[in-house]
Amino acid sequence: MVFDSKAFFDILFSTMFIMPALTTLGITMVAMALAILLGFGGAMAALSGVRPLRWLAHCYLGFFRGVPVLVQIVFWYNAIPVLTGNAINLPALIAGTIALGLNEGAYMTEIIRSGLIAVDPGQREAARALGMTRPQAMRRIVMPQALRIIVPPTGNQFIAMLKTTSLLFAIAVPEIFSTGTNIYSQNFKYFEVLAVVSIWYLALTALLTTVQKAVERRLGARKNTRRLAIPAGEHG
Amino acid sequence: MALVEIENVHKRLGGSDILRGISLKVDAGEVVCLLGASGSGKTTLLRCINHLETIDQGEIKVAGELVGYARGADGKLRAERDRLTAAKRARIGMVFQRFNLFAHLTALENVTEAPVQVLGMSPDAARRRALDLLASVGLEKKAELYPHELSGGQQQRVAIARALAMEPRLMLFDEPTSALDPELVGEVLETMRRLADGGMTMIVVTHEMSFAREVADRVVMMADGQVVEAAPPEQLFSAPAHPRTQAFLARILAAN
Repeated sequence: MVFDSKAFFDILFSTMFIMPALTTLGITMVAMALAILLGFGGAMAALSGVRPLRWLAHCYLGFFRGVPVLVQIVFWYNAIPVLTGNAINLPALIAGTIALGLNEGAYMTEIIRSGLIAVDPGQREAARALGMTRPQAMRRIVMPQALRIIVPPTGNQFIAMLKTTSLLFAIAVPEIFSTGTNIYSQNFKYFEVLAVVSIWYLALTALLTTVQKAVERRLGARKNTRRLAIPAGEHG
Repeated sequence: MALVEIENVHKRLGGSDILRGISLKVDAGEVVCLLGASGSGKTTLLRCINHLETIDQGEIKVAGELVGYARGADGKLRAERDRLTAAKRARIGMVFQRFNLFAHLTALENVTEAPVQVLGMSPDAARRRALDLLASVGLEKKAELYPHELSGGQQQRVAIARALAMEPRLMLFDEPTSALDPELVGEVLETMRRLADGGMTMIVVTHEMSFAREVADRVVMMADGQVVEAAPPEQLFSAPAHPRTQAFLARILAAN
């Protein structure tokens, strides 16, 4: 194997990957924001007393978890314009971000739903008995306790999303990986280019991990609040 | 007029009749203890009073108002808007078997939460009142602790202070000492006794016979979703009229 160290360092220290890295980070943030919003809506629907809402949440979950995300990405970029007679023809960046966000929303629905049901039902009951309305009990009592369960896996989803954005190379979004493919298709330095691409992803995941740790520390700062009410049944 | 009027209440849960035609009146200032074997429906009845459980037939009024229901033009009851039910619940205190203190809030915050959020009280005023209430249950030094840092008896006393912060006209107690270690029962009963002495209207589901005997104005014996006997404690304990009451008391005495 011949490792062209000059090419490697040239690419590593060039500015070629700065915009793509920002693009990757931006797509990750926007797609996750969309996913978290969808996740809250989906979790509320899944836990609601209204049967059609539960059914809707069920279908959303089943569909988006069941279809490969790459298929969804190409669908949004290539199939939607055909389907709508070009009425909807989104730029690759936007189509890709929507596809990632919608897909991730299904996973966030499950994470948020399980956070909500982990809170002892007695907490909501006590809130209701004190005269809180349903939304008040959710916002003031249930959600703050659920968040401590929801935040750690959500951090992991952020990191997973950062890496999944590389699939957008399929619709030529100028993110890190597709930028790399453009470079090695011209100079054929596959190893050197992919090494640089990997370093960029590692740097960004390290950044997100640091943020994740800081957020978790913050949530844990009032350390004694981390402990949750244990459902009565488990105590007997 | 009675503060609580329970009229022919029926309730089915999971295919079995939990309440089968309960009628009971509780006057303002009265302390009523509900006794009965587990499964007799006493906890369910208590939870129907502030509409934590729906009822299938009959009606319950607190201070002359239905809770959780509104009477339609046709005279039938239908579900009331959540906001209205919440406002009525705000005046009915409830103390749970497992305390249900808000786990993410300190003792003090547990007591100030509803006055600020529900009654719109200023945080300062709520805080002052909460500290007074915590002092009245002997916990002024524990105000900044979280529920899991308190003993069961202390948690239950905070829960009582939390309910009192809403200035309820009625207090419901659902087996308030059943989840406590024996040595912690006394401090909670003492708090309840002082509340009763202060004239609070109380409905108490309990297995504490001494509390029922010494504090209750009336003891109500329930069996199979019905009231089988209601009498002042001295009468019910010394000369129970109904065979179910006799059997229940004999079992309790044997167990003690």
